[in-house]
Order: sequence, then C-alpha cells, then structure tokens
Amino acid sequence: MRERSVAPSRILIYLILSLVAAAWLAPLAVVVLNSLRTNEEIAQGSMIGWPQHLAWSNYAAAWSGFCVAETCAGIRPYMLNSALVTVPATVFSTLLGAIAGYAVSLWRFRGDSWIYGIVTLGIFLPQQMRLLPWTIVLRDTGLMNTLTGLVLIHTIQGLSFTLLFCRNYYVAIPQELIRAARIDGAGFFRIFWRIILPLSPPILVVTVIWQFTHIWNEFLYGVTFTTGQQQPVTAALIALSAAVADIPQHGVQSAAVMIAALPTLLIYLIGGKYFVRGLTAGAVK
Amino acid sequence: MTIAVSTRPGRPAASDWVRRLPEVLTIWVPLLLSAAHLIAFTLWTIWISFTPSTLVPVSGWVGLRNYSAVAASRNWQIALDNLVLFGSAFVLLSLATGLILAILLDQRIRGENVLRSIFLYPLAVSFVVTGTVWSWLLNPGLGIQKLVHDLGWTSFRFDWLIDRDMAIWTIVIAAIWQSSGFAMALFLAGLRSVDADLIKAAQIDGAGAVRMYRRVILPTLWPITITVIVIQLQFAISTFDLVRALTNGGPGIATQLPALVVYDLMFQRSLLGRGAAAAVLMLLLLLGVLLPYAAWRYVQRRRTIHA
Repeated sequence: MRERSVAPSRILIYLILSLVAAAWLAPLAVVVLNSLRTNEEIAQGSMIGWPQHLAWSNYAAAWSGFCVAETCAGIRPYMLNSALVTVPATVFSTLLGAIAGYAVSLWRFRGDSWIYGIVTLGIFLPQQMRLLPWTIVLRDTGLMNTLTGLVLIHTIQGLSFTLLFCRNYYVAIPQELIRAARIDGAGFFRIFWRIILPLSPPILVVTVIWQFTHIWNEFLYGVTFTTGQQQPVTAALIALSAAVADIPQHGVQSAAVMIAALPTLLIYLIGGKYFVRGLTAGAVK
Repeated sequence: MTIAVSTRPGRPAASDWVRRLPEVLTIWVPLLLSAAHLIAFTLWTIWISFTPSTLVPVSGWVGLRNYSAVAASRNWQIALDNLVLFGSAFVLLSLATGLILAILLDQRIRGENVLRSIFLYPLAVSFVVTGTVWSWLLNPGLGIQKLVHDLGWTSFRFDWLIDRDMAIWTIVIAAIWQSSGFAMALFLAGLRSVDADLIKAAQIDGAGAVRMYRRVILPTLWPITITVIVIQLQFAISTFDLVRALTNGGPGIATQLPALVVYDLMFQRSLLGRGAAAAVLMLLLLLGVLLPYAAWRYVQRRRTIHA
C-alpha cells in the first residue's frame, strides 16, 4: 500500500461505482430472495423483501411441479428442450464455422471472399425477414414443432457468427505453415485436424460461449415454431407468466426464472473473459 | 504432389476432383446453404410483401398496397414513434452510462474485475428473463412503488408500467440495465489503447484530469462511439423479446414496436403480405443505419491505408 491519504475524488469514484453496482445487482438479488419466499409472503408485502424463512420448496415446485396449460411437469421438460436444441446447434455451428473459416482464410478457393461476405451479412439480417420462409421450410420438411427444426435453424444461422469469429482468428496463422504441410502431402482434413485444431482452443471457447448463450436465450423462433411441450424454456417462461396471471405465484415464478437463467449465468461466471472477447469481437465486425 | 503447392490451385484433373470431393462438399455445402437461405429468404419475403397473401402465400401483384396499409395503420405509427423515442433515449443513455463507468473504472480502481463483471452480467441472461424481472420491479402493486408504500411514504408514485405515456420508459430502463455494460466494455478497451505518449505529453504540458479527458482522450474514442451507437440502434430496431416479457406491447398498444407489429400481422392476424411488408420496412430501417456506417468504415479504412 502506498503511503498516501485518499483524495476525496477517489472516494467519490468508489461511491458512484458501488451505487451503480448495487443497482445492477438489485434485480438478481430480488429474484434470488423471492425464489426463497412463499407466494403468500410476497402477496402480503412487495416483491422486494427478505425471506422470513427459506422456502426451498419453490425450487422443487418450479422444477417439476407447477402447471403450464394442462401439463403439470414444472420447468424441467422445457429446460431439457432448451438443452437438446442448444447443445447440438452449438456444436454443429461451431464445427462448421471452424472448418469453413479455415477454408476461407487459409485454404483459399475460387469465390472464397464472396461467399464469406454473403454468409457474414447474415449477422445483420433481422429474424423477421426469415420468419415466413422458415415456416414454409419447416412445414415442408415435417420439422414444424420439433426440436430438430430449431437445431437446423440455429445451425444454419449461427454459421454467420461462427464463420466470422473463426475466419478472423485463422487469418493470423501464417500461410507458410499450410504451404509446408501441403508440400509434405497433407490434405485439407489432415491439416485441419493436425495443425489448425490444436491452435484453435481460444477461438473455439469464445465461439462456443457465444453460440450457447445466444441459442439458449433465443425466444422468437422458439415461440413461433414450437408449441406446448416442445417449447424451449424462454417461451415456457412467457407461457408460465400468462398461465398464472390470475393467481400469481411469484415465489415459484422467481425460482423458475432463476433456473432458466442459471446455465448462461454459470457460463458467464466461469468463462467471463471469453464471453467479453466474443462481445467485442462481434462488435468489430 | 508438388502441383498443389500454390495457394490458389489451377484447374485440377478429373480424377483429382473425385479425390477432393469430400473436402469440396465439406467446404461448400454449409456455406452455400447459409448463403442461399439468406438470399432466397430475403427475396422471398420481399416478393410476398408485394402479393395479396393473407392466410397462405399466394402469387399476384398488389404493388405497394401492403406497404401503404401498414404505414397507415395506427399500430405501425405508434411503433415508429416509440422506436424513435426508445431508440434515441436508450442509445444516448446507455452510451453515457457506459462511458462514465468506463472512465471511472479506468482510474486504477481496486476490484475492477469484480465491478466489470457486475456491469456485464445482464448480457448473459435472456431478454425474457430481464423483461420478466423488471416487470415485477416496475409493477406498482408489487415492486418499487409497493415497497416505498409499505415503508410509509404512501403518496409515492412510480407506475410507469401502467401509464400509457410513460410505459415506453420502462423498456428504456430495462434495456439500459441489460446493455450498458456492452458500451462500457468497448469504451474501456478504447481507453486502454490510448497512446501512452500522448497522455505523457499532455501531462508535461500541465493538463489536469478533466482537460486531459476532454482534449486528449475522449477525441480518440469517437470511432468506438459510432460503433456502439450502430450496434445499439440495431438492437433497438429489432427489439422484441424484451417488450414481450415486460409489457407485451401494452398498456393497450402504448409500447408497440416494429418487431411486435410484424409478429402480430404474420401470426396473429394471418396477414402474410402486410407482415412481410412490415418486415421489409424493418430491414430498410436497419439499412438506414448500417449503410452509412459501412460507407464510413470504408472511407476510414482507405484513409488509414493511404496515410
């Protein structure tokens, strides 16, 4: 510690930062606290308050008890749906993006910069422009109201992002490395497997975190292309709010919100550095 | 195998093609599918916007009739008014919040990592979660107003959520909470990359902290500022989930936004032609933001090359 009296301006800086931090944490704190209060307790006071005793039963009810429409299985089936969409779509889009990014940046072929430009333009195309075409594609392929349909959508659309991330990372790899390997007789896949993949963990982590977070949090496609028991958890949360509008169960709902937010919050806690790297990399596009 | 050394191989022999088929397929199938879906989907939606389609897509030509119907509808007019208000308020306030937080965090703060994580964590949760939680906090019978009433100040009012004129500001609040951290992260990266010599020179000239920021540091941040503005505007134009969870467009249609109008026309009123027209109008709004930005980026890049 330096021997120096703390200037008033420093105190002001810490004061402002702490106040904003408190305001930023407040919504999370409110949900966590409410998830541990009984519905009656919340109904008597407000949503902002300390639990009188810890009502862990909210989590049990949220996980496998409460009813949306006619089914009373809690949030569990919808969490499973989200996982069954998010995990495969993240893996497929990341893998395809890595291979395509490698091909576009290091292998080079006729039309490579054209196809790269077109695919990455997909980052900017609003979902609303694709809603009707996807409706028809899913209906004609029999994938309407299936998790496979959502995996297909997120894989194809995710490629715009994964290609951008991976290509921008791979262009920094010297072409000589590839050239030397080709002289040694290595082909496209062998070079990818032996040289490119071992260099890729940093960008793959960024890409996986980005894709997982976005697909898990996605709502519009989920609510448009699936109904009832097939819905991802974001759509189910909205359905839950509507279902309990008459008799609010804010304790259980808070627990459900916590459970739904937990996977991406955990990923952010563990891989925050990579999450931010993805954010800023996406911004410099 | 020495033929294949050049990075752009010439026309390979026929047998070579067969041998290279797996790699050609692996490269082209996903890329072509993605490119094809982007082009075909865009063209198809544009085409539908000129047809009399209602419940199902039909061919036919109605010119700009769908567009004039959408533009004349009260729903769309309110959505546009809201977008202008929400877009400008949200962009300006999140920009200001992000910049202030970044400057404060740049003062060699203890616990910087923790604070940064706190300002950024909302970006990891879905808009559905954000909207749901803020709908509780801002609900006058449940949240902040109820708390203040219970504490004894019974004349306190904070009921924007059910106030037609103020409801759009609840979306602004939640959006600022969710994405100011993004502006902060970009500004902080910008502050950290300011040339140290520049700062040293200004210090030798005797510039104080405020003068230093106004004259030396902030001017270097304007390219980042423009990037942040464009990305936040892009978000504002396509906002959907947040409103669905927070106000669902209400009270009445007071917090209607373009993306909600598109969804309403397509899937609730089954007016596909009009829905497609509204989607194309959204795309045009986006292009109105992105094309000038792309042109600016292009000029910037040429300038740095020639400099």
